[in-house]
Amino acid sequence: MFKIKQIFKKPRYLVLEQNKLQATQGEENDPPSIPNGLWKKCVGCGETIYNKELCQHNKVCISCGHHYRLNAGERIELIMDTGTFKGINSHLTSVNPLAFNGYDHKLTASKDRTELSEAVVTGYGKIHGKDTVLAVMDSNFMMGSMGSVVGEKIARTFEFATSKQMPVIIFTASGGARMQEGMFSLMQMAKTSAAIARYDKAGGLYITVLTDPTTGGVTASFAMLGDIILAEPGALIGFAGKRVGEQTIKQKLPEGFQTAEFLLEHGFIDKIVARNHLKLTLSRLLKLHN
Amino acid sequence: MLEREKDIAELSVKIEDLRKFAQDKKTDFSAEIKVLEAKLAKMKAEVIVNLSPMDKLTLSRMIERPTALDYIERIFEGFIELHGDRKFRDDPSIVGGIARLGDLPVTIIGQQKGRNTKENVRRNFGMPNPEGFRKALRLMKQAEKFRRPVICFIDPPGADPGLGAEERGQGEAIARNLMELVGLRTPIISIVIGEGGSGGALALSVADEIWMLEHSVYAILSPEGFASILWKDASRAKEAAQLMKITAQDLKEMGLIDRILPEPPGGAHKDLDGMAKIIKESLLQVPFKTMSEKIAEVVDQRYNKYRKIGAYLEC
Repeated sequence: MFKIKQIFKKPRYLVLEQNKLQATQGEENDPPSIPNGLWKKCVGCGETIYNKELCQHNKVCISCGHHYRLNAGERIELIMDTGTFKGINSHLTSVNPLAFNGYDHKLTASKDRTELSEAVVTGYGKIHGKDTVLAVMDSNFMMGSMGSVVGEKIARTFEFATSKQMPVIIFTASGGARMQEGMFSLMQMAKTSAAIARYDKAGGLYITVLTDPTTGGVTASFAMLGDIILAEPGALIGFAGKRVGEQTIKQKLPEGFQTAEFLLEHGFIDKIVARNHLKLTLSRLLKLHN
Repeated sequence: MLEREKDIAELSVKIEDLRKFAQDKKTDFSAEIKVLEAKLAKMKAEVIVNLSPMDKLTLSRMIERPTALDYIERIFEGFIELHGDRKFRDDPSIVGGIARLGDLPVTIIGQQKGRNTKENVRRNFGMPNPEGFRKALRLMKQAEKFRRPVICFIDPPGADPGLGAEERGQGEAIARNLMELVGLRTPIISIVIGEGGSGGALALSVADEIWMLEHSVYAILSPEGFASILWKDASRAKEAAQLMKITAQDLKEMGLIDRILPEPPGGAHKDLDGMAKIIKESLLQVPFKTMSEKIAEVVDQRYNKYRKIGAYLEC
């Protein structure tokens, strides 16, 4: 409640803004405006929200509940017990099998920007004391697209979990297959599904959490194969891109099409869980599968 | 029709015109006509040689290109089509059923394009909906139960991307097939006969062996879609086709398919019976009975084949 009250104390924020302005007044051509990154307009409700406050609430708008995307590091911090997460297979890196112009550069730029080696982080750790294997996709790395490395890391995640007899939780966030790797990328759908089939046969628990966005080849493989499928509110989840659908089929698509809520209604996910309940829900599910 | 075929047709017309002109004017052009006819014969002989990836894509999509049912009725005996996914409805873009290959009962699944516009509308231009993949899976599980090998004919431009497909879980349907096929305890052979497009093709081609007809293609996405995603310009499809490595020859070289079946001169559509004969003879050579006897080994091999696919560095 304390934080909601803060919203109405506008004068306090104005003071902050002016401090920032004074600090930057020496620079030329600096427009006298609110400094970048301090405030943003919520895409969900249009309210002006204070960035720091958004971060304190795990990037969920306190006014409308819109869930902003988390990067892999933020997600791990949110879900895993502090200090328990250990990464595996982060030494795998992509190559350019089709010698596609610009792909190498794009990979380097993504690595530099995200400080990740690829679009998925895999490892293991504890959730409320329960051991689990975890894979978290990061849409900041080439839109979380699945190439050979993502496919291989996901497959190894299930093999690791089988050998340790641990459950698997995957947070999906992906635009789909990585086009630059051509058919190698498409085949990762078969590879990840194959690894899940083996893990499934061995009796392992697999939970997927679909986050914004989960589409294309990831939806049509490991995202939809969980024993239990959860999703964050409002997440875009679908097979075909919206534009592809509209252009190819020439259908006007309804409001709320390809959202988590749409999938829940049509019976393709088990439950929508708000971000601040996610860790608790996951730990309860893990405890029910001892 | 390919660019070169258009050139051939044009040249034939020109030669005919010249002949008429010679007759009308009572002039002798026979030497010139002879030269042109030789040129025409050469063009006809080369029409299918050294095709570019874009040419192959065009060829694989031609309305004249034989479809799954064309092959099924020529290769197998006593085909009985079985319909429906038992959940929602029958998807006409995928046909399935039982027949004999020689004396061996087999289950056949085919992605079916229309052979004319009317049929194409009914068959959704060969784009399966979730119920199509679910029908295929139902028939494959049935094949597993009765120990029949499965033979798939792959020919979709892609899975249907429309509203209904999303409502009925296109992603889930494809994913389920991938997961089930890799462990299906009966031999599976998949043959790409035309255009193998994206997840729609993959969902029926997790197999012990993937074969491709010589001029067929298999791609992660249509080159038009690829160009529009990566360059925001669908008109650069030809360039995309060149880069994407979609031909049978490229995919064989990369180890992603197992075998290329040669097409008759001029392509499969010029000699359907000949093409069907080549497929049938190749299928008859597959040791299905031995495979069925040691199915655990076969399923392990299938798993390992997919488990190994990928290009990456470990450092």
